[in-house]
Amino acid sequence: MSTMSLVGALNAGLRKSMADDDRVILMGEDIGTLGGVFRVTAGLREEFGADRVVDTPLAESGIVGTAIGLALRGYRPVCEIQFDGFVYPAFDQIVSQLAKFRARSGGRVSLPIVIRIPVGGGIGAVEHHSESNESYFAHTAGLRVVSCATPDDAFHMIQQAIQSDDPVIFYEPKRRYWDKGEVLDQSDRNLHEARVLREGSDCTLVAHGPTVATALAAALAAAEDGFSVGVVDLRTISPLDLSTLEEQTMTSGRVVVVHEASTFLGIGAEIAAAISESCFYSLRSPVLRVGAFNMPYPPAKVEDAFLPSVDRVLAAVDHAMNY
Amino acid sequence: MSRQTDSQSTTKTRPVPPTLSVITEGSPLSFVNPDGTLTADGEAHGIDIELTRGLYREMLLARTLDREALSLQRQGELNLWLMCLGQEAAQIGSVAALLPSDMIFPSYREHAVALYRGVTPAELLVQWRGLAHSGWDPRKYNLQMAALVLGTHTLHATGYAVGARMEQTDEVVAAYFGDGATSQGDVNEAFNWASAGSLPVLFICQNNQWAISTPTSVQSGGQIFRRAAAFGMPTWFVDGNDVLAVHAATTAAAAHIRLNGGPALIEAETYRMAGHSSSDDPTRYRSDEELESWARRDPLTRIEKLLRLMETPESFFAELDESAERLGAEVRDACRNLEPTELADLFGNVYAEPHDSLEAERRSYQESARALAGVNR
Repeated sequence: MSTMSLVGALNAGLRKSMADDDRVILMGEDIGTLGGVFRVTAGLREEFGADRVVDTPLAESGIVGTAIGLALRGYRPVCEIQFDGFVYPAFDQIVSQLAKFRARSGGRVSLPIVIRIPVGGGIGAVEHHSESNESYFAHTAGLRVVSCATPDDAFHMIQQAIQSDDPVIFYEPKRRYWDKGEVLDQSDRNLHEARVLREGSDCTLVAHGPTVATALAAALAAAEDGFSVGVVDLRTISPLDLSTLEEQTMTSGRVVVVHEASTFLGIGAEIAAAISESCFYSLRSPVLRVGAFNMPYPPAKVEDAFLPSVDRVLAAVDHAMNY
Repeated sequence: MSRQTDSQSTTKTRPVPPTLSVITEGSPLSFVNPDGTLTADGEAHGIDIELTRGLYREMLLARTLDREALSLQRQGELNLWLMCLGQEAAQIGSVAALLPSDMIFPSYREHAVALYRGVTPAELLVQWRGLAHSGWDPRKYNLQMAALVLGTHTLHATGYAVGARMEQTDEVVAAYFGDGATSQGDVNEAFNWASAGSLPVLFICQNNQWAISTPTSVQSGGQIFRRAAAFGMPTWFVDGNDVLAVHAATTAAAAHIRLNGGPALIEAETYRMAGHSSSDDPTRYRSDEELESWARRDPLTRIEKLLRLMETPESFFAELDESAERLGAEVRDACRNLEPTELADLFGNVYAEPHDSLEAERRSYQESARALAGVNR
């Protein structure tokens, strides 16, 4: 066990995967000599060489497209997309090529590729550097989508994602990159399993990635007011771990989903629909959503008003309690 | 019928002749005139009669397959067919100059390439009968699935070549695409990537003059092969209706790649004699005169004339006709005997490892299918 930042945990997880399996290749813009703009890959080129930690041309479609070619040869590429808003040039390669390849090949060809995307806002960045685009990929059959929130999960989930024989979109919460936490040597948790961080009998908050900490803070504040509010860290978006969500709904009867993406057709909408279908008689209020507004990510000076805050989460909990 | 055996007989290694240095100016390299006589370059290069017969045979069989498939589409046996009529020389000349171990990334019109590599008619037609999205195991033939989103596969070829370079093999990775695809960002990214990484990719552009209804004059502002210079690649500009010139250019380009490592570009100037697909009506956008002028440059006719000028025995043509007839019958039988596909079988193809929500949908589908079967009984 050791204490690491989320960046450090990702770095350690990548190092372990590369040491364990020489088919693992990292590729992306500025990840080699520089170690990535967030330093997630720092030191790895020195350790594993320029062939395995590849500074690519500045071309996201090329990064994913060539990763597909490498995977066809038996490699296990891990692509870094520098910022969430830069993934769209690769959208076709991800959605039409990577995601569909196995189905198109009649199950003959699998592509074990991980696409790492630093995601979300809260870092005062210029436009295109703060987006939450998980719904696009979760809506695409053939992809797996996961989102880590803590150093421990970052360390274990990146290794599990690399071991998966399917393509995995791996979200990293960039405003939590420097948060520190305990990292255990082993994990008995499967990649596609949600985690109950806190049980609650009045309401359950469901969050992933950067909003997990927000949800925990809100749950603590609610406890001070005498409410028992639980928190589920989704960890996996495709597939969703519905059984954990259903169990928590049965206990609390109220669910508030919190994410940075806009609520319109977001993951919260899917969770609300799924829980309504399976837990209708256990619900004491409608499933509520707290997320971004349906507008392009705003300029940095107003992002605090745009992002789901503890106050907005508490207001939703109040609304659910008083329904 | 083993096409792979045929291919081996036509892929013997030849030295790179001096006339095939990089061609970046003037008219395309051509060996055989439309009347079957040799051009000056053809005279200088010399003609290998066995090679010529082998290539002619492959072109004729590809044309047979194409004709039968279109006819099956017209009879309602295929949902769609994308004809390769007129492009047999560009495809056969190039694929025959590669080694069987060279991986190929094709687009959707490379039926002649597929047939040459040994893909069976059943494996070829299953996609166009609407039963699958692809029909063959790419590893069996070193031939990947056909790319339908144009140009995307040039990046896959480039990535595949990254592996070849790392493993220090002498493989050439070939990507086939058309004039239309060269407008795509992915193709230009692949050119740049392959060149920056000095990767063994052979980019084979069949410029068939038309991207559905868009002519090359609207497609791009300059000749395609001229782009190679800016990307730092050698290029060969060749008459794509001249199978011997295409074969020689591809041999030279592949040899260059194996020797020097970096990528190369071939532009084979050819013509899509049929519509874009069985659904297309090319009379809406191009003239009979244009079609007739290209019909006079037909890739098979000129080689047949050459072979006759070279006193090929009539028995060669008679035997070939019999082979073509057998292939035609095989194509028709294969098409009609394709097994049906069940939706339930497709759930398992999406993910390599279990995916809970898709598994739930599979169970739900199977239950509702059973329930419906009960109702209908």
